[in-house]
Amino acid sequence: MITVKDLTKKYARTIAVDHVSFEVQKGQIVGFLGPNGAGKTTTMRMLTCFLPPTSGSATVAGFDVLEQPLEVKKRIGYLPETPPLYPEMETAEYLKFVGRLKGLSGSDVNKRVDYVCERCAVADVKTKLLGKLSKGYRQRVGLAQAIIHNPDVLILDEPTAGLDPKQINETRELIRGLAGDHTIILSTHILPEVEQTCQQVIIINKGKLVATDSVQNLQARARGAESVLVEIAGRNGSLDLSVVQKKLEQIRGISRVQYKTSHANRNVFEIESQKGFVRGDLARAVVEAGWDLNELRPAAMSLEEIFLQLTGEEAAQEVAAKGAN
Amino acid sequence: MRNIWIIWRKEWRSYFVSPIAYLLLTMFALIFGFFFWNALGYFVLMGMESQMRGQMFPMNLNEEVIRPLLSNASVIGLFFIPMITMRLFAEEKRTGTIELLATSPVRDLEIIIGKWLAAMTLYATMLLFTALNFAFLFKYGNPDWKPLAIGYLGLLLQAGGLLAIGTFISTLTRNQIIAGAATFGVCLLLWVLEWVSGYETATWAKVLSYMSVITHFESFSKGVLDTKDAIFYLTVIFVGLFFTSRSMESLRWRS
Repeated sequence: MITVKDLTKKYARTIAVDHVSFEVQKGQIVGFLGPNGAGKTTTMRMLTCFLPPTSGSATVAGFDVLEQPLEVKKRIGYLPETPPLYPEMETAEYLKFVGRLKGLSGSDVNKRVDYVCERCAVADVKTKLLGKLSKGYRQRVGLAQAIIHNPDVLILDEPTAGLDPKQINETRELIRGLAGDHTIILSTHILPEVEQTCQQVIIINKGKLVATDSVQNLQARARGAESVLVEIAGRNGSLDLSVVQKKLEQIRGISRVQYKTSHANRNVFEIESQKGFVRGDLARAVVEAGWDLNELRPAAMSLEEIFLQLTGEEAAQEVAAKGAN
Repeated sequence: MRNIWIIWRKEWRSYFVSPIAYLLLTMFALIFGFFFWNALGYFVLMGMESQMRGQMFPMNLNEEVIRPLLSNASVIGLFFIPMITMRLFAEEKRTGTIELLATSPVRDLEIIIGKWLAAMTLYATMLLFTALNFAFLFKYGNPDWKPLAIGYLGLLLQAGGLLAIGTFISTLTRNQIIAGAATFGVCLLLWVLEWVSGYETATWAKVLSYMSVITHFESFSKGVLDTKDAIFYLTVIFVGLFFTSRSMESLRWRS
């Protein structure tokens, strides 16, 4: 449905998007992932014919974005980072305007407006001024606007940014619901969002494509080295950490043992394992040494960690800084 | 064609949901009404004087009331035009709605012409209110309607050119105030350029004064349809809209 080949966008001094290539199949939800300033928005703007690429090509539904922009635009619904709303318009009036602008005929417009209002749960604010709507409603009206002409492709730029958790869930539900009829690309820097909504991930960093794969494959790929968290307590309350460390390191298949925390007398070790590691061995070793095994669980690698692995240190610091806030 | 209409309708409506259209219509009608009242008062005084002296001057409504009023209208127009055009593109750029327009299956030129036509319609509506004043002249006097019609045509053409320039300037910034102030400056400059012809006859002065929008209104206010002047205004409209479309294009390359 979407084919992007060597897409490049250069500004005066910087390269925003650098030879990015990927393909999106019909009916898929694709997560477009990257830290802030990675080139997500620029790529999306090129796909929607808002920006012309410096070099390379992109086709949407078989039409080239440079050669036949009008045909492409007819088939794309686009929700920019800030929903493009006119504050002085009422919701229904605005949706009618967009519908007509996208080429719907007079009789179709009213039907579609009713439909998308229902679908995006904005029917109750139909006669309200857009300028008076809350953030969640604005976002949903933005989505309604994007699907008003029933486009083949939906491009959503950070559709859940700035919403509260409940609204985020609702929006994700809505996007998942739309997947059947539309091919969807959504950009985000929130990883769980991709894990929950998307089938495929495209990760870019500093304008370059880092990885493109299905969510499961990416997770499997990064799980080559599985890590396990184990909480150990001494029988009489005291525990010699270095002894534990040594003991654990002797177990077959364990490559590294790291003491993590002793929070309220809970001693947690993170254990990185290789092939051939059996959790039973670990449990037995702990018990035989006379310690209590309070907890033993695999630390499943989240997309977040994969993402950090792939995009490197700089992004890691950025995310850490964000987490601290 | 349909897209121009859609854009026009949206712009037209947005003029009237904010107070701007009502404000402009009221102010223009008030100021023009005041000029009309003045011109008529002067005209009546002249008439009485000529009667008292016993000698009848040839008194002509067209020459002594309509013509100066049309000239006045063209000058007041210069002050109102920035307020009509300043938000056309600047506001869309500020709120990000330009992205909606630019990613819809609509040509740039259709957007531009739709917006410009909406501005034209608002200006024409402002003129419509001034026609009320002239209606009194027709009720109690007997002026010639043809020069008046040509005068109105001139006003529309002149405004068309300035509105096109204002539309262009509005694409250059996301700040309405800056767009308005810049347009006002350009309008004012295009008005006063004519003054150089008062003391200088060299070629450069002629060129400068030729570029003044007021110079070309002379003939229209007299009720003469001079193709040369009409073509000047049409050229300004064309150039203004052309620059607007270039500017929109470059917006895409830059932003």
